[in-house]
Amino acid sequence: MPTDSLFRRVDAEGARTVEVTFDDQPLSVPAGLTVAAALLLGGVRQFRTSPVGGGPRAPYCMMGVCFECLVEIDGVPSRQSCLIEVADGMRIRSQQGARDLPFPQPEAVVMEVQP
Amino acid sequence: MNLEPIDVVVVGAGPAGMAGARTLSELGLSVVLLDEQCAVGGQIYRGIASASPARREMLGPDYAAGAKLADALRGSTVRHETGASVWQVTRERHVHYLQNGKVRSFAAKAVLLATGAMERPFPIPGWTLPGVMTAGAAQILLKTAGIGPQGPVVLAGCGPLLYLLGWQYLRAGIAISALVDTSRREDYWRARGHLLAALRAWPYLRKGVSLLRALRKGGVPHYTGAEGLQVEGEGQAQALSFTVDGQRQHLPASTVLLHQGVVPNIQFTQALRAQHRWDEAQLCFVPETDRWGALDVPFISVAGDGAGIGGAQAAAIQGRLAALGLARDLGSITPAQRDSTAAPLRAELEQNLRIRPFLDALYRPREENRIPPRDDVTVCRCEEVTAGDVRRFVELGCSGPNQAKSFGRCGMGPCQGRMCGLTVTEIIAKSRGLTPDEVGYYRIRPPIKPITLGELASG
Repeated sequence: MPTDSLFRRVDAEGARTVEVTFDDQPLSVPAGLTVAAALLLGGVRQFRTSPVGGGPRAPYCMMGVCFECLVEIDGVPSRQSCLIEVADGMRIRSQQGARDLPFPQPEAVVMEVQP
Repeated sequence: MNLEPIDVVVVGAGPAGMAGARTLSELGLSVVLLDEQCAVGGQIYRGIASASPARREMLGPDYAAGAKLADALRGSTVRHETGASVWQVTRERHVHYLQNGKVRSFAAKAVLLATGAMERPFPIPGWTLPGVMTAGAAQILLKTAGIGPQGPVVLAGCGPLLYLLGWQYLRAGIAISALVDTSRREDYWRARGHLLAALRAWPYLRKGVSLLRALRKGGVPHYTGAEGLQVEGEGQAQALSFTVDGQRQHLPASTVLLHQGVVPNIQFTQALRAQHRWDEAQLCFVPETDRWGALDVPFISVAGDGAGIGGAQAAAIQGRLAALGLARDLGSITPAQRDSTAAPLRAELEQNLRIRPFLDALYRPREENRIPPRDDVTVCRCEEVTAGDVRRFVELGCSGPNQAKSFGRCGMGPCQGRMCGLTVTEIIAKSRGLTPDEVGYYRIRPPIKPITLGELASG
């Protein structure tokens, strides 16, 4: 959940912003940033929870090595947010534990058994 | 699978890759440069093509120097593919990469690996907490997004990058609570033996001295010889505690930036089963190469920090040398042409590398920050395996990093051992009383980057 950001802009470059959502909360962020940078600037402190112990995690390396910045982007889980640029309308979700497999849930089959 | 033929594939668009690709193209070869990022520069020159003059000025002249390489590349015939995650390079020089969710492949006559370095893991208590990042990560945020931390920030560890970041933060108007230096007086004594050679690389030395002087003048408290580093906090970093001269210190910090040098990224050279050796001066594995960067795998070379840490300027020169070596192997130039073009480059490289033994000795990361003495410190961040777990594996008969995988999934998460490989090797080596060379490294297998079956099938 976005809170007071631990980061701020130090120069005023790139005035254009894009609108994204993080866990359904709207965020207005500068264009041209990576998703990870945009979320940090937008006040997101926790990106996911770890699959084993459920501990809070956030970007550590910002260069595609540590995989701590994994989030779901537009329905695709486990994206490395430090390698992807933000785009208008992007739907970003934090990832809780291991990724969900993006398979549709099978419809429950109801059979009536006649005696 | 559609294999597109090409003369040379260069992997990585940092200084070595940019310079190497351009040299190869100038020698008449068809070259594609594959890179994961949205723009050229690698990590050291990240965002160089889009940074404004003001931002370049803030980041300093060493960063701005990258613009020359980027401009030269733009004016060449090199085909640059962005957002291209290479997930496999085979010994037959088939290069597979993922771009926009699609798998694409090249069949290359030669491959130049310029995959650079990554920051050395810094396994201390609390290093997985949000708010803890590497200094390199913070610098990437500054270079590409123009953002920096607000609230108390502490820089901890050792090495030139840590001081450079501090200097850049001062210029950007970002307040630093403290610089917590892990290097000690005896490190200066050890480094002294290399000082004469380092003095011949005076510009480097002067730069380092001026960075530290600027930090002092900027009023940044500087603790030296810090040990027992620990990040404290519940769900978020709140403080860094450490011991200096027997006194426990406790500094509030919402952002803790860690750094203790960089190490070669050896995922590809390991996956290729190229020969590697442990470098005791740099405390890391490096691939064995000849003087042209050629591996013991035909027509595959490595240049830049991926072959051993030498820094950005050395990397660009090594990129050119490796390009000359490959161009000769492919018959584009004669051995005599190669050697005459290389001669001035070799002299320049030697000049650049003179400072290294001094830096390696001075900023040698402390053992307690590489091999956690406390059992409860997380080593493998993905699978949450602790130093104590790894030591228990050894007691149960685990002989090396590969066995550690089957003992407890260590190194088997999404980062594929990048964040724990060196730590696990060193813990096991120390526990067993062997050298890291004897214990070895993870057996790295493709895909080097995670890829879904659906994406794989798209090729």
